[in-house]
Amino acid sequence: MAVQAPASAQQEKLYAIARRQRVEDFVFHKLTLMFALAVLAALIGIIAALAWSSAPTFKKFGLEFLWRVEWDIINEEFGAAIAIVGTLLSACIALLIAVPLAFGVALFLTESCPVGLRRPLGTAVELLAAVPSIIYGMFGLFIFAPLFAEYGQPALQSTLGQMPLIGPLFGGAMNGIGILAAGIILSFMILPFIAAVMRDVFEIVPPILRESAYGLGCTTWEVVRSIVLPYTQKGVVGGVMLGLGRALGETMAVTFVIGNSNRLAASLFAPGTSIASTLANEFGEADDFHMSTLFALGLLLFVITFVVLSLAKILIIRSERAKGI
Amino acid sequence: MIKKLFSAMIAGAAIAVATPALAADITGAGATFPYPIYAKWAEAYKAATGVGLNYQSIGSSGGIKQIRSKTVTFGATDAPVKGEDLDRDGMVQFPAIIGGTVPVFNLEGFEDGAFRITGALLADIFMGTISKWNDPKLLAINSGLKLPDMAITVVHRADGSGTTFNFTDYLSEVSPAWASKVGKGAAVKWPAASSVGGKGNEGVAANVRRVKGGIGYVEYAYAKRNKIPVMAMQNKDGQFVKADDLTFAASAAGADWFSVPGMGVSIVNQPGANSWPISTASFILMYKAPGDKKASGEVLKFFDWSFKNGKQMAADLDYVPLPDTLVEQIRARVWSQIK
Repeated sequence: MAVQAPASAQQEKLYAIARRQRVEDFVFHKLTLMFALAVLAALIGIIAALAWSSAPTFKKFGLEFLWRVEWDIINEEFGAAIAIVGTLLSACIALLIAVPLAFGVALFLTESCPVGLRRPLGTAVELLAAVPSIIYGMFGLFIFAPLFAEYGQPALQSTLGQMPLIGPLFGGAMNGIGILAAGIILSFMILPFIAAVMRDVFEIVPPILRESAYGLGCTTWEVVRSIVLPYTQKGVVGGVMLGLGRALGETMAVTFVIGNSNRLAASLFAPGTSIASTLANEFGEADDFHMSTLFALGLLLFVITFVVLSLAKILIIRSERAKGI
Repeated sequence: MIKKLFSAMIAGAAIAVATPALAADITGAGATFPYPIYAKWAEAYKAATGVGLNYQSIGSSGGIKQIRSKTVTFGATDAPVKGEDLDRDGMVQFPAIIGGTVPVFNLEGFEDGAFRITGALLADIFMGTISKWNDPKLLAINSGLKLPDMAITVVHRADGSGTTFNFTDYLSEVSPAWASKVGKGAAVKWPAASSVGGKGNEGVAANVRRVKGGIGYVEYAYAKRNKIPVMAMQNKDGQFVKADDLTFAASAAGADWFSVPGMGVSIVNQPGANSWPISTASFILMYKAPGDKKASGEVLKFFDWSFKNGKQMAADLDYVPLPDTLVEQIRARVWSQIK
C-alpha cells in the first residue's frame, strides 16, 4: 500500500500531463482552424461587399455593362469594356516582353553564370522586385515616356507600323504615354518577380539529373529544354502567373503612364485606361451611382484575376495528366 | 450602408494615422484646390495659438461626404453645395479663399501670356473641333504670331477635381455646345479625340510640359511654380488679361455673394475690364447646430484668425484673400447662424 500510493500519484501526474496535452492540442487545432477560416471569411466578405455595392450598376445595365463602350460620369452612362481591354492589353504586352527576358535571366543565373557573380546578380534581381511601384510610375512618366516618344515610338512606327495587319497598332500621335508604354513599364516591374521565381525553381532540379544530361553530351539549351523545364514546369507557370497577377492589379505605375483616357483606340500608342487606374483616379470624387460602378469594376478585376489563376491551374493539371504523373 | 461605414472607416483611419491624438486639433476634410493655403494658415495658427489643424485634402465630394457623416468638424468644397441641400442637412456654407484656373500650353518659343485665347475657342479645342495650332480661328486672334502646323493634344485631369469643375463650369458658361454635349462636373467625358489624362494638378502640369503641342488647365500656383506658359484670356468685357492674383481678385469684386442661398456664387466669366474669366472661390461647410460646439468654435476662431492675419500668406501662394467687407458680412450673416 505504502508503495502503491506514490505509484498511483505518479500515474495521476502522467494522466494530468496527457490531459493537459490533449487540451493544448485541441486548443491549438481549433485556433489554427480559426485563423484559416478567417482567411476564407475575409475572402467571402470581400466578394459579398463588392457584389452588394455593385448591385445598382448591374441592375441598371445588366451584363451589358461588360461590353458597353461608354464612360460618361455626368450622364451616368457606364460600361466596363474600355477598362477591361486596357487592363488585359497592358498585362499581355507586359507578359510578352517580361517572360522571355526573365527566362533568360534565370537561365543565365542557374546554368552559365560564373559562381562569383551568382550572388550579386541574384540579389540585384531580388532588390529590383522590391522597388515600390510608384517609383516605376515616376520613372515611366518623367524619364521613360519622353525617351519613348522621341526615339522608341518613331522607330516602331517606321518599322512595325508599316506592316500590313499590325500596322494600325503602331499608328497615331506619339506622346510617349499610352497602352504600350504602360505595358512596357509593367514588364519592367514584373520581370524581376518572374526571374526570381524561375531562378529558385531552376535551382531545385537535382544536380544528378542535370549532370547526367551534360555527361551524355547535351548542350546547355538541350539540358534546359529536356531536363530543367519539364522538371520545373509547375513553378515556371506559377512564376508567370504571379507576374500576370501583379500586372493586372497594378495601380500607381499604370496610372502614371497609361494616359487615363476613357476611349477605345485602334493604336497601342493611344492613351487608354485600366480597371485599377480608373479606380485610383475616380474613387475620391465619386457619388452614389458612380461609386457603385467603381465597385462593379473592382468586382470584375477580381473575377478576371480568378479566371486567369484557374486557367493556369487547369493548364498544369492537364499537362500533368498527359504525362501520366 | 456599407459605403458609409467604409468612408467613415477611411476617415477614421486617416485621422488616427495623421495626428498623434491631440484632442485640441481641428479636423477638416475636402477640396485639394485650397489645400496649400489651408496648410500654410494652419502652420502659422499653430505657432500663434498652439491649436493645430488636421486637414485631409481628399477632394471636394469626399469633403461633403465626411461632413455629412460628421467625421470632421468642417468640410471644404470647390463646387458649392445647393441651398436646399444645405437647409436639409442644417449646414451653412461660406467662401474662404479665391483662386484661379489657367490654361497652360507647350509650344516652342511662346512666352507666358503671349498666346491669346477666347472662351469659345478654348471650348472648341477641348471639344476637339479645333485640332491644329495653326487653325485659322486661332490665327485670327493671334495676328502677328507664327503658329506651327502641329496637332493639339488636350491634357485633362484624370481624377475628379474641383479644378475640373471650375474649368468646365466656365466652358459651359461661354459655349452652348459644351453645355449641351459635355456639361460641368468634377469629372466629365472629354470629347477631344487626342486627349490625355493626368493625375492631379501636378500630373497635368507634367504632361503639358512633356507633350509638344499640349494644352491643359491647372490651378494657377502649379503653372507658376513649374514655369509653364499661361495663355492670356479674353474676359466678358472683351479684354485680354493675364492670370495673376489681381485679375482673380477683380473677378471676385463684382460678385453678389448673398444673391444665392449658401453663398454658392460661381465667379466664372464675371464682368470687369480686369477680370480673369476662370476664377473660383473655395467653400467651407459647417453645421448650424454642431454636436461638438467647442470644436466648431475652434474652427471659426481658426478662420477668423486666418482672414485677419493670413492675407500675405495667401498672396505668397497666388491665392486671393477675401476682402474685409466680405469677411465682415460672413461674420455677421453666416457665422451668427452657428449655435
